[in-house]
Amino acid sequence: MTIRIVTVYPDLLGTYGDSGNGIVLEQRMKRRGLNVEHLRVNSHHSLPKADLYVIGGGEDGPQGLAAERLGNDAFFMEAVRQGAAIFAVCAGFQILTSSFVVTDGSSRPGLGLFDAETIRTDAPRAVGELVVRASAELGIGEVLLSGFENHGSRTTVGAGCATFATVLHGVGNGIGNIEGAIQESRVGTYLHGPALARNPELADRLLVLAGSGTLSALDDERALDLRAERISSTGVAGANGRGGFAR
Amino acid sequence: MRVRYAVAVAAVMVMNRISRLSGRGSGTVVGGKAGLKIDAKLLAELSERRSTVLISGTNGKTTTTAFMAAALRTRGPVATNATGSNMPAGHVAALVEHRDAFQVALEVDEAYLAHSIVATHPDAIVLLNLSRDQLDRMNEVRKLAERWRTALEGYSGIVIANADDPMVVHATRAVAKTIFVEAGLVWSDDAIGCPSCGGEIVFGHGWACDACDLDQPPARWRREGKRVFALDQQRGNLEISIPGSFNVDNALLVVAASEALGLDVGAVCSALTSVGTVAGRFEHRSIGGVDAELMLAKNPAGWAALLAMVAGQSNPIVVSINARIADGADPSWLWDVDFSQLAGRTVIASGDRWRDLSVRLDYADVAHHCEPDSRQAVLRAGHGGGRVVAMANYTAFGDLRKLS
Ligand SMILES: [Zn+2]
Repeated sequence: MTIRIVTVYPDLLGTYGDSGNGIVLEQRMKRRGLNVEHLRVNSHHSLPKADLYVIGGGEDGPQGLAAERLGNDAFFMEAVRQGAAIFAVCAGFQILTSSFVVTDGSSRPGLGLFDAETIRTDAPRAVGELVVRASAELGIGEVLLSGFENHGSRTTVGAGCATFATVLHGVGNGIGNIEGAIQESRVGTYLHGPALARNPELADRLLVLAGSGTLSALDDERALDLRAERISSTGVAGANGRGGFAR
Repeated sequence: MRVRYAVAVAAVMVMNRISRLSGRGSGTVVGGKAGLKIDAKLLAELSERRSTVLISGTNGKTTTTAFMAAALRTRGPVATNATGSNMPAGHVAALVEHRDAFQVALEVDEAYLAHSIVATHPDAIVLLNLSRDQLDRMNEVRKLAERWRTALEGYSGIVIANADDPMVVHATRAVAKTIFVEAGLVWSDDAIGCPSCGGEIVFGHGWACDACDLDQPPARWRREGKRVFALDQQRGNLEISIPGSFNVDNALLVVAASEALGLDVGAVCSALTSVGTVAGRFEHRSIGGVDAELMLAKNPAGWAALLAMVAGQSNPIVVSINARIADGADPSWLWDVDFSQLAGRTVIASGDRWRDLSVRLDYADVAHHCEPDSRQAVLRAGHGGGRVVAMANYTAFGDLRKLS
């Protein structure tokens, strides 16, 4: 079987290198000799049915446009109802919550695919290295994950979601020390970087959620070295020596 | 106030001299800052009774400013911030250093355009392009385009603008006198959301928003290869000495500005030929006996231009990436650069953030070596003899220029 991955609207949501997430997922399938199809679909096309939708970050204006087009895409909404996996980062995560905030400070309705709400507070923009500990619900063990965050809004998570991770350094959702959200096979986070380049376990978990079946190990030394260096730069302990990570 | 002005000018000169003598800097920012502290209106005062051209945009500012200065020199002396210190302190330093020059060409940081217009009352403003650059500390692209538009409201001079860039065209909408130039757009990924209405910019023959009336304006100036045309009439040839077709586009903008300022276009085209290495860009440097050609790119658009330029060559390549304050702390833009073009060549990943680069190259199937120290990287790349191309982002480029 072939896993189909769709990078959603790189023309609107591709501002912080997040298009790299699709590249990583595609390569990790190919390197295992597994069949994969990776499509990048711009916003003026309707989205094809996929096993995994990858949605990135973007600026306020395009974010509003993306939410509008995605919400009106019947194929996408149907695929989600049928259980397609989603990996959504930052602005892409925000538009999948019940509401999000645009440039002028007003709220817009989101797609409601996460029981979560994105709001604007007085808190300053969150910019910098983000280090989090994966929650048990993510299913990859309590690994330390690393990324770069860059967002103004904050996201509250309701009872319908599990948390993605616990913040050790940085802001994350900015409410409590919660980072991201998990609901069914949908994962939302503020980790840019791109997140899947630094965190190979997370990439593989998404492939499993997309139906890949059990995955063989790959040589991830470069990525794990990079992550250890990034975590170490924040002063969070436990980053050195990759032996500390569940692999 | 005149006394304050004189003291401020003296302070700029003294501080710059000390800075240079002590070897701590090129002496362009320290003095300017000191002068502005004494006299906040210093930049405005220094600009009085001079004919000023401002040059701004994400990519190509420094080279275009050098072209503009060369063009203006066909008429007389020019004050210019040739070192790329493109904020008010650098402007003050440049103007103090060449106080007798009646013409001024200033490179301006995108975020300081409004401030610079108010202070210098420029005769002309050259707008190159706007794309993403260091998003963790700079404004988002569309916000910047909007700030430019506001800054240009009521401006009565001439704007020379790149008609191929929707962000630039949006910024000029409130300007009375704009001369448009087909100056190219290497990378349109940032330009897709309409800066005016949030609709979609559709590129085809030219570009247009699918939701509002923003579209590509007819240009007065265009080129075919080296041949330069104004309204379909050939006006000269651009034989420039530095590589990259994007640099010919930058020269074309300067030709357009020159005509608007009453300069002789033929003489300007000849003058642009004499512009060589600008602030180290495309400089050949001997590093431990290795001939290294140094190239600077600061963002995805700049990298796309450089990679297109070296495609088809086979020289070993060093890529050096830092993420210091001046670079922006987030190098995730590496994923927006199509490094797969380098596959099959000798590639060395270097700089503070060689690990980020190495992961990126690996996922692009580019086999490479890692050598954090940039001098070692150049030596390793040049091991087999022949020229090495060393590409770097801003502070990594600065490091390369110090090597010998
Ligand atoms: Zn529009």
